[in-house]
Amino acid sequence: MSKTFWAVLQQREGKLHRSSIEAIAAAQQLAEAHGGGRVDAILLGGDNTSELIGEVASYELGAIYAVRDSALDHYTPGAYLGVLVEAVKAGKPDFVVLPHTYQTVDFAPRLAQQTDAAYLPELIGLEQEGGELLYRRPILTGKLQARVRVKGEGTVVVTVQTGAFSADTAKAGSAAEAALPDAGAPTPDRELLGVEQVGGDQVDLSKADVIVAVGRGIGKPENLPPIEELAKVLGADLGASRPVIDNGWLPRDRQIGSSGQTVAPKLYLALGVSGAIQHLVGMKGATCVVSINKDASAPIFNVSSYGIVGDLLEVVPALTEAVRAAKV
Amino acid sequence: MKIAVCIKQVPDTEARLRVAKDGRWLDEDDLKYRTNESDEHAIEEALQIAAATGGEVIVITLGPDRAKESLRKALALDAARAVHLVDESFQDGDAAATARALAAVIEQEGVDLVLTGSQTDDVGYGATASMLAGRLGWPHAWLVMGLEVEEGGSTAKVTREMESGMNEIFRLQLPAVIEVQAGINHPRYPTLRGIMKAKRKPMATPTPADLGLDASEVGLAGSRLEIVDVAFPDTGAGAQLIEGDAAAAAAALVEKLQKEARVL
Repeated sequence: MSKTFWAVLQQREGKLHRSSIEAIAAAQQLAEAHGGGRVDAILLGGDNTSELIGEVASYELGAIYAVRDSALDHYTPGAYLGVLVEAVKAGKPDFVVLPHTYQTVDFAPRLAQQTDAAYLPELIGLEQEGGELLYRRPILTGKLQARVRVKGEGTVVVTVQTGAFSADTAKAGSAAEAALPDAGAPTPDRELLGVEQVGGDQVDLSKADVIVAVGRGIGKPENLPPIEELAKVLGADLGASRPVIDNGWLPRDRQIGSSGQTVAPKLYLALGVSGAIQHLVGMKGATCVVSINKDASAPIFNVSSYGIVGDLLEVVPALTEAVRAAKV
Repeated sequence: MKIAVCIKQVPDTEARLRVAKDGRWLDEDDLKYRTNESDEHAIEEALQIAAATGGEVIVITLGPDRAKESLRKALALDAARAVHLVDESFQDGDAAATARALAAVIEQEGVDLVLTGSQTDDVGYGATASMLAGRLGWPHAWLVMGLEVEEGGSTAKVTREMESGMNEIFRLQLPAVIEVQAGINHPRYPTLRGIMKAKRKPMATPTPADLGLDASEVGLAGSRLEIVDVAFPDTGAGAQLIEGDAAAAAAALVEKLQKEARVL
């Protein structure tokens, strides 16, 4: 029997999240790795999502299953699970593929648990080995990767890491909207009180040309002044990874990463930043990444053009001098 | 309020990591361990709520014998007692199998609130707690940066992180499973008196049978995911490393940024 793959798209306030197309690409590649099958898309939302169908109608999909309900206007896990659990139980897709985002990973584990499915989060690659398909995912905050096997029968719920399956690889075709068979009723499980912008909007790093970003590896806030000096001679804005913010060493509006700002400077200088995946998704748009870290195995080096393995306390002042000298 | 905190002892990822000879996991010989960072914040949050509402904090972990160190630390911080799922059959499970075991403990204890961290720094499934909530039929909240128990403990006001620097604020019915982020609070340090007292606090070690579970439902036997091997990522396309002492490396880097990358 041919297998079925459901790609669950993500939208918020009527806008399709960019990783939705990556979920389609991943579902198509999973289908290929399993010897073919039917790939459908699922889109949940309020009335303002009808126009989004057009954005995915040009991909190779069996159908675009849309569920529109005012109870889905705003995301809540209860509302999404109410619809999807019944549909997955009845439709028994082989795979449900979702983007690995803060909205989706909020409900995806429960979707797996409530449908007795296996849950495979943060997929970054597929590998055939000895006739078996293995799944690659990051572990230990991205320092290592594991290859895992999925045992047993039944649906597998997969989330795909941002950037792992490029939207450009999604196969083109045509698809039309259909009603999701056996969709359950949305059952919101919380009272939404509001949304707030964290740390206000004092600092906009998204348009910065040069960013000096600091991570936990700077050790203590007393080490910031020479780094600020370097940022000054480079004409750079100062950013930070999450641990620096959580420790209160810099204000939250300096945070770069999935829960902070997304940046795309031409030069990104990462100082003592280990390179956890949540940070990398916020800065992968940078043209040239330079990392300085005492740990040669820090994952940040994998996404850097240049690296120096060394002590920040020595390298940073030397770099400030070198930049000054070069600009004279 | 009776609050359960689910914690995990994980390898210290700041320390040097090596892959074991058989490639299946880390070389554990000189591996350093710590309590998972966001779990430490969950303990602190639980202690604050228990102090404000009057009640006790129970810490629960699933892990090998060494994991009792993390429980002792939590007991030294003022948790009342601990539950350690140390039985061999509980180990090496995926999120679903671990959630099954934890749910059985929670049901036996009859708690008003479960707190835990949002994700572990080892396998990082980020799923166990919300699956636990699913099993219990309770609401859950993930990536929580603010928690306020309201109205004598029947509801809670929760602030949760969304992407792009946005927070969402909502109200939940309790009991619920709340998964906090590091940054929600500043964990306290144990006192000498606390450390001494912790040695006499009870630590239960129930077996699957004690929890009404079959050994085949938990641990690796009850899992659909199995780690085949682990490795450092391929760094083939990684950075061009610049050698030399600080001054020489800095000068070479600036030259490359000007002439090769043309970004200065």
